[in-house]
Amino acid sequence: MLGYYIDLAIRSLKRSRGLTALMILIIGFGVAASMTSYSVFRAVSGDPIPWKSSKLFVPQIDIWGPKGHSDATSNNEPPDAFDYIDAVALMRDHRGRYQSAMYRVSPSIVPADAHMHPINVGGHAVYSEFFPMLDVPFKFGTGWGADGDARRASVAVISGKLNQKLFGGANSVGKTIDIDGKDYRVVGVLGDWNPKPVFYDVVNTGGFTSGQEDIFLPFTRAIDVGMPNDGNTNCSEIPKGSGFVGLQQSSCVWIAYMVQLDDKAAVSAYKEYLDGYFRDQKAAGRFSWPLNNRLRDLPAWLDAEHVVPSDTKISLMVALGLLIACLVNTAGLLLAKFLRRSGEIGVRRALGAPKAAIYLQFLIEAGVVGLSGGVLGLLLTWLGVLGVGLVLPKEISSLARVDLGLLALTLTVAVVATMLSGLYPTFRASRVQPALQLKTN
Amino acid sequence: MQIRPIFATLRHHKAGTVLIALQIALTLAIVCNALFIIQQRVTRLAQPSGLDEANLLVVQNQWVGRPTAGEISSSMAADLDTLRRMPGVANVYASNSYPLSGSGIAYGIGHSPDKRKFTSTTAIYFLDQNALPTLGLKLIAGRNFNADEIREIGPRDKIAPSVIIVTSTLARRLFPDGSAVGKIAYVSDKPSIIVGVVERMRSSSVDSSFAQWVDASTLLPFRQLANTTQYIVRAQPGQLAAVAARIRSVLYAANRLRVISPKEGVRTFADVRALAYKSDRGMAILMASVSLVLLGVTGAGIVGLTSFWVGQRRKQIGVRRALGATRHDILSYFLTENLLIGVAGVVLGGLLAIGLNLWLMQQFEIGRLAPGYVLTGVAMLLLLGQAAVFAPALRASRVPPVEATRSV
Repeated sequence: MLGYYIDLAIRSLKRSRGLTALMILIIGFGVAASMTSYSVFRAVSGDPIPWKSSKLFVPQIDIWGPKGHSDATSNNEPPDAFDYIDAVALMRDHRGRYQSAMYRVSPSIVPADAHMHPINVGGHAVYSEFFPMLDVPFKFGTGWGADGDARRASVAVISGKLNQKLFGGANSVGKTIDIDGKDYRVVGVLGDWNPKPVFYDVVNTGGFTSGQEDIFLPFTRAIDVGMPNDGNTNCSEIPKGSGFVGLQQSSCVWIAYMVQLDDKAAVSAYKEYLDGYFRDQKAAGRFSWPLNNRLRDLPAWLDAEHVVPSDTKISLMVALGLLIACLVNTAGLLLAKFLRRSGEIGVRRALGAPKAAIYLQFLIEAGVVGLSGGVLGLLLTWLGVLGVGLVLPKEISSLARVDLGLLALTLTVAVVATMLSGLYPTFRASRVQPALQLKTN
Repeated sequence: MQIRPIFATLRHHKAGTVLIALQIALTLAIVCNALFIIQQRVTRLAQPSGLDEANLLVVQNQWVGRPTAGEISSSMAADLDTLRRMPGVANVYASNSYPLSGSGIAYGIGHSPDKRKFTSTTAIYFLDQNALPTLGLKLIAGRNFNADEIREIGPRDKIAPSVIIVTSTLARRLFPDGSAVGKIAYVSDKPSIIVGVVERMRSSSVDSSFAQWVDASTLLPFRQLANTTQYIVRAQPGQLAAVAARIRSVLYAANRLRVISPKEGVRTFADVRALAYKSDRGMAILMASVSLVLLGVTGAGIVGLTSFWVGQRRKQIGVRRALGATRHDILSYFLTENLLIGVAGVVLGGLLAIGLNLWLMQQFEIGRLAPGYVLTGVAMLLLLGQAAVFAPALRASRVPPVEATRSV
């Protein structure tokens, strides 16, 4: 029976080629527009570390007080990064399972090969627990241990890409590289790890950067050698001292912080610790304002920092609006198409076809239109994702991908949506009175 | 033209009528808001930077091996000298940042040393007396910096400039009642004298959150001895491409211990502008294409459904023609019918457009939709409807009166 209905549907669609082509085009465009913008949205709003994001937390302490964030937009939100004094104090207290303060650095590396120009790399100064906390994959070697932090060791973890550039991809653990004029021993080479957004430090990277994280150094070592930060520095007052040392003594915020807390008890214990820390500092005379701390898990943090660009969301909304408009349109065209065949329906009903059979026949016809529109939509989505780089910044467009999931979703959306918009026309078709049709014709 | 019979017919085709009206309403709601977004973005694209951009290029230079301030000072002076002697180069200066670069410093500036009571946020540019001629900034009051006023500072040194130059927007904000030249302003905790006012120099950030301050910039007479420096170079007319092609190797030949990225190290100002506004331009293109597709789809839908109606009513049309209706009567019947549906659609669509805009305002940084956009959209959709219905209506008007006598 199904095969027969499909055959009927194709015959009927062939009879009015113009109308059929129009419907397929409309569905194709509507689906492709929404799927293309969805592919971008999916790429930028996905959870960068789904297996662990609910255990990773970002603390915030209001070290500035209401005066420091008095503009109307900030909603009494405490600063979204740490100053040096408090970041180091939290590291010393070490109350989470794993934790790391970190800041972005951008040193230069002089290759051993004198024919190569020096290169500039981006990366972070972190603590040893950064690597186990974020499940960072290693190709060779490992991160440094806690003693590396304490000894302010001259060690470095480099990306696979940098390893390729400097050492031709060979195991470089134990080799030495020249970073900003000082020697560092390579202890680990990362595997394929380039998370987007750069979720561990969205404050200094903005989340989506076209840059690559090439190097990780011990935080303590970077401070020791005075490697300056290459991210945002926000101050509520002008630092009293000069230079990078002056920055470290100031209340300016420039350090990102992340902590791993494994269960609810650990979260509430850590929250209590943070509040206690604030109260102690207040008692010591540093703060004069009420407690205003935050402890957000990673998804909530990315949301609070508006990591997903609002343009992406607006595009998705507009594209969905386009899809809905296309479906309303298709519903109108299907209505016209189905009701034109009232005579045929009348004959079928008079010969004993139940309403259910009419339903099935016309829904299948709608489904065939949807499937053809979906196939066109696949092609247009593929073109759309390829062309998205023309209209969106590289750091975002390069993340959009066509994969099997997207293809399946495109087809499903096309078929289901077209059948939905075919529901009302089918309902009308099923109510055609056989007697009336037979009489007038 | 009698409207009453049209209403009677529409009552018989409720579903089709409602669907067309709904389609028009949705299209209007989306197209109005899309037009509004396009206009906002295009306005941003068109904002002048204040620079004479055509002959400018920018080199981002990073020193290698953590040189001391003294070493940076002499290497930088040597670089500026090298560049100035390079054929095709008209002028050059070194700075921490430049308009549209996307990264830079912003301070508060005001009438008191207390930084919590500032009058305006301002983009900060460290530069020397060559900046004005290099960028082609228009000095509208006062004077340029003198060579002996330029000081050297470290990357995070406390600054206390004795003289500053401000943009006209900032001057007005600080001193609404008169000339700013010769007056005192606080950009640090020490007073600075405003010696000059330039017409315009945009901030380094084009981010919409900085929109309020884009034209309020301050120029400070400093040469910053930081690890990363921007050389802003003005080429002689017609020499820009030649200078851009050679400048990297010229600098490397003078001193190897530096990084100038092969990809982004040397950029003409056209590249800078394109990159800074890429997402604005992209959003405008995206919205324009969505609007066009939507209008096309709506028009096609109206053609399709009206054609069906014409086919369905051939007999009635024949009867009307036989009873004396002219072809013009039939044509205007369908046009009026479409106009009625269109009016219902745009009324609903106008409300939807405003609702959508209110929702967007709540969610994103989007302003209030001006009534002009809704009116433009309304006119566009009514015209589109009439245009779409014209061909089927013309076909209807050609139905011969004899159709009335045919039974099938």
